[in-house]
Amino acid sequence: MAPPAQAHRSPSPSQPSGKGEVSDLKSQLRQLAGSRAPGIDDSKRELFKKVISYMTIGIDVSAVFGEMVMCSATSDIVLKKMCYLYVGNYAKVNPDLALLTINFLQRDCKDEDPMIRGLALRSLCSLRVANLVEYLVGPLGLGLKDNNSYVRTVAVIGVLKLYHISAPTCIDADFPPTLKHLMLNDPDPQVVANCLSALQEIWSLEASTSEEASREREALISKPVIYYLLNRIKEFSEWAQCLVLELVAKYVPLDSNEIFDIMNLLEDRLQHANGAVVLSTIKVFLHLTLSMTDVHQQVYERIKAPLLTLVSSGSPEQSYAVLSHLHILVMRAPFIFASDYKHFYCQYNEPSYVKKLKLEMLTAVANESNTYEIVTELCEYAANVDIPIARESIRAVGKIALQQYDVNAIVDRLLQFLEMEKDYVTAEALVLVKDLLRKYPQWSHDCIAVVGSISSQNVQEPKAKAALIWMLGEYSQDMQDAPYILESLTENWEEEPSAEVRLHLLTAVMKCFFKRPPETQKVLGAALAAGLADFHQDVHDRALFYYRLLQYNVSVAERVVNPPKQAVSVFADTQSSEIKDRIFDEFNSLSVVYQKPSYMFTDKDYRGPFEFSDELGNLSIAAESADNVVPAQGVEANDKDLLLSTSEKEEIRGATFNVSGYSAPLYDSSAASVQSELAIISSTSAGSAPSSSLAIDDLLGLGLSAAPAPEPASVPPSLKLNSKAILDPGTFQQKWRQLPISLSQEFSLSPEGVAALTTPQALLWHMQGHSIHCIASGGHSPNFKFFFFAQKAEESSNFLVECIINTSSAKAQVKIKADDQSTSQAFSDVFQSALSKFSV
Amino acid sequence: MISQFFVLSQRGDNIVFRDYRGEVQKGSAEIFFRKVKFWKDDGEEEAPPVFNVDGVNYFHVKVVGLLFVATTRVNVSPSLVLELLQRIARVIKDYLGVLNEDSLRKNFVLVYELLDEVIDFGYVQTTSTEVLKSYVFNEPIVVDAVRLQPLSPAAIFMQGTKRMPGTAVTKSVVANEPGGRKREEIFVDIIEKISVTFSSSGYILTSEIDGTIQMKSYLTGNPEIRLALNDDLLIGKGGRSIYDYRSSTGSGAVVLDDCNFHESVRLDSFDVDRTLSLVPPDGEFPVMNYRMTQEFKPPFRINTLVEEAGALKAEVIIKISAEFSASITANTIVVEMPLPKYTTRVSFGLEPGAVGQRTDFKEANRRLEWGLKKIVGGSEHTLRAKLTFSQESHGNITKEVGPVNMTFTIPMYNASKLQVKYLQIAKKSSTYNPYRWVRYVTQANSYVARI
Repeated sequence: MAPPAQAHRSPSPSQPSGKGEVSDLKSQLRQLAGSRAPGIDDSKRELFKKVISYMTIGIDVSAVFGEMVMCSATSDIVLKKMCYLYVGNYAKVNPDLALLTINFLQRDCKDEDPMIRGLALRSLCSLRVANLVEYLVGPLGLGLKDNNSYVRTVAVIGVLKLYHISAPTCIDADFPPTLKHLMLNDPDPQVVANCLSALQEIWSLEASTSEEASREREALISKPVIYYLLNRIKEFSEWAQCLVLELVAKYVPLDSNEIFDIMNLLEDRLQHANGAVVLSTIKVFLHLTLSMTDVHQQVYERIKAPLLTLVSSGSPEQSYAVLSHLHILVMRAPFIFASDYKHFYCQYNEPSYVKKLKLEMLTAVANESNTYEIVTELCEYAANVDIPIARESIRAVGKIALQQYDVNAIVDRLLQFLEMEKDYVTAEALVLVKDLLRKYPQWSHDCIAVVGSISSQNVQEPKAKAALIWMLGEYSQDMQDAPYILESLTENWEEEPSAEVRLHLLTAVMKCFFKRPPETQKVLGAALAAGLADFHQDVHDRALFYYRLLQYNVSVAERVVNPPKQAVSVFADTQSSEIKDRIFDEFNSLSVVYQKPSYMFTDKDYRGPFEFSDELGNLSIAAESADNVVPAQGVEANDKDLLLSTSEKEEIRGATFNVSGYSAPLYDSSAASVQSELAIISSTSAGSAPSSSLAIDDLLGLGLSAAPAPEPASVPPSLKLNSKAILDPGTFQQKWRQLPISLSQEFSLSPEGVAALTTPQALLWHMQGHSIHCIASGGHSPNFKFFFFAQKAEESSNFLVECIINTSSAKAQVKIKADDQSTSQAFSDVFQSALSKFSV
Repeated sequence: MISQFFVLSQRGDNIVFRDYRGEVQKGSAEIFFRKVKFWKDDGEEEAPPVFNVDGVNYFHVKVVGLLFVATTRVNVSPSLVLELLQRIARVIKDYLGVLNEDSLRKNFVLVYELLDEVIDFGYVQTTSTEVLKSYVFNEPIVVDAVRLQPLSPAAIFMQGTKRMPGTAVTKSVVANEPGGRKREEIFVDIIEKISVTFSSSGYILTSEIDGTIQMKSYLTGNPEIRLALNDDLLIGKGGRSIYDYRSSTGSGAVVLDDCNFHESVRLDSFDVDRTLSLVPPDGEFPVMNYRMTQEFKPPFRINTLVEEAGALKAEVIIKISAEFSASITANTIVVEMPLPKYTTRVSFGLEPGAVGQRTDFKEANRRLEWGLKKIVGGSEHTLRAKLTFSQESHGNITKEVGPVNMTFTIPMYNASKLQVKYLQIAKKSSTYNPYRWVRYVTQANSYVARI
């Protein structure tokens, strides 16, 4: 069934195979070329059509290039167009033959009919042959000045095509300034829009080598240009409006009046039937109001209805794109959408990619007032015939339970799932009950009664089996049969395919042993023996570890395996708030659909024009003050309330590590759970081998003890920095964009440092004392973001630093870019040493 | 910025293929098709409209079984590209009259002409059928419309009813009538998709109407048009919870939650007298989309009874009541219900004298299907099905079946009561009297009764 794998389509039997037909065409074309018989154009049309249809299905018809060109001497516009299409397709692979076409194309560029002029110019520029560029400059120059707007729109894009064939030719001919002039003066809106597209592309690509281009690019988002475009917004086609709005979203207004003016002007764009226009407008609104918490929330309220309308009108594909954007907004501000939960109910005939998004939204908006209804709805889906969605629904119920609302009722529902006797429902429910018990140990009694009645034979999925085994070990004192179930599982050790399950079985048997030694002793021996003989490295190691631990000291072993437990307050989030903010910055792009920032899925070469404002875009606010110590207020502190949920989770991240004394199963990496158990030993028996325990701490980055100032700090730094270094923000931005990251590291902060970092300013003064200057900063506890720079004392070689500090985890993530890459390590040492001395 | 555009048949053949920027490899159509076809091993999930393979982003929309695809390497707005693909399909349909594989294959040169003007070097230039007219020189080769699948919602008017001038919907904007002269006419269709979920006790859990006022104009000289809607039409529900049923209805006012408009629509007097004015461009386009969650009377009631009848048997009774006027007839009704997976056999019993009904047990996905050609308003229909199982059911049989889902089309009926009061053509001439068609239709989007 699979289509053939080779790059070129092998024609299906019903289609012509190629060769014979092509030579046939060749001779027929040749006959027609010289003929002047009446009706000749009709025969030509038929032949041309055949050629194009072969081309479409992937047959190489480049062999008839010469004949096609010969036949192109015609006044029939349909023939001309087909010929242009053909030539555009094959010129690149036949550069020599392409030369043949130049003549007639150049002639057509001077035709009386503007249509012909435009078509010819477009085809001329589409040849994509580098050694023909000299022929393009003249016609393009004329085309840009043509009195017909169609020809001008074609010429503007032609300039861009020329740039991609030969950038120097395009720049030397001074085309970009011409485009700029046209953009600001042409009466035709499509000419203006094309100029904007072309200039964005050209200047973004040029910016890496030319200061001027970089300035020009910045000028596109200057007030005069933005206002000029905004004032004409309604003249533009809907597609061009999207282009303009995308640009406006990057503009940073001076004051709130300006913001309101822009928003009032664009208000009616939210009623547009084209979803792309609405989303671009929403992006403008969201970005403009980032620093105005109240207004920002009003924007959320305002855009709700238009978004919901777009979701329900249009094709399923279009509504998916809109729904993805609604999803990201719901995840950022669930409380604003809490009363709209019914809109996120799944419909019978929706594709599963839509249902998945909706389930996530339902989970997010659940609160005290709507949880009951949402969970009831989700339980309907759990019984659904669509198994993947049924599974997701059960997981959603579990997530809501973990969010703490109305747990009582939910636990009952989950237990009902266990009794439904559908294997996949049982499997999902077991995993959830396990998570739930980790958070609410008080429910253990009810849950264990039900879990105890489940036969382990009916549970096959590794995750579910592991969860069941974990509960058997954890609650073995309450489950009468626990040792015997574990025994029968151990007997089937060889048949168990999943290493994860075997790991859990080892641990569960250990736990059970300490609670009910006489009944378990025999099983423990069997399990350890089986584990030691296991071919899987992790299983083997864990068995060996337990064995030696028991040999060393049984009571220590008990402390390791069965430590007093603390309930997990919140589970770690999978995505960092940094990533989420990045995605939000890239609103109305693929990042939202993929739920990844663009750098994760886009090749470097193609990031250019659309990556207009990277992380430094924010900095333009700080650019006005000369001393640069003034923080970019509000930029990072944007919509504080809305961000709360994500930053809270960030905080919790640290928290989960801190309660790692609780040896709960870590499913995603079974190796890590061994390590965390190791770490516990080192901290509980710290007295015996302090040095090794520190090494382990560092290795794991668990932050169990205050991170000591690392080794390099004690060595006097060899790099001398200029204490009076100056760098203007514009240059900083440009350099930041151009330079690659030469080092990316994570440092620890001293507890004193964390305590002193109540505002960003404190750190700024400190770092300045070490000749490291701040150019912009922002944020609120626990997340701060800084951009620093420093210069070498002897030469003007710069170091640029992005430093993100999270005070709750006492970590600083540092990215360093340097003019002189070879010294970046030395600088990193200096930076780290300075940071570690903060407030000490 | 789009790198390539192509249309694939259901079998994965290129029907048209246009490379605008040469940034994506030529084999992209194959890569795309394989990916879509084998998205997940189990075949249970379909490919999303947007995905990324090796740095190339693939966008696709499905139209009449064809795949309209765009590729790009840059991080563009997904809405823009998907909207564009849909629009390209519509423009092509405007030109060809009928859009399907056959008409595309016959007219691919014309389609290339269109594509050349719609996108240049990856940037959208225009998607206006009207503007494109001056750039397109091929005459469309018209294909026979009768046996073709409908593309747009408007095409449902073709189903049977004689009152509807079926050919008009499939008329090309450029081709002339066989008689040589163009017929002056304009179509305004009010198309509503309704979604209702009934609880097991018959209570309405959620309901929503998604409507579109669709226009297709064949008027020469682009005269201005005024469309008047209900005087008492309200938009937005300030402060009220969207699902607050108590305070709605009674007054008879139509309350829309929200709506949006085509860019040609001017709303100067909309706030005063609920009138839309516009100069309709050529081709088919939505004048207004709207959404309503105000309570409305569902056209059908569904009663389902599931009972165990012995160890390996159960009986299902489904009753459909049409709660609309007897002058209206619903057509192409299908009722579906998932059955327990251990169902081996189903025997059906229809009412005596039932005509135009069919029943089926889809064994592959354990589904009961009941089709009715038409249902007259006010009537009731019942289906009895005896199920045979291969194993005993665990306890509650009702947990193993359902929900019941229904699809239907009801011409000349609209659930929302939104109306076009009049359609005025501002062209001053006593002899000028074009045909005006205002048509209503309601379709089920998701019409579900839980058990």
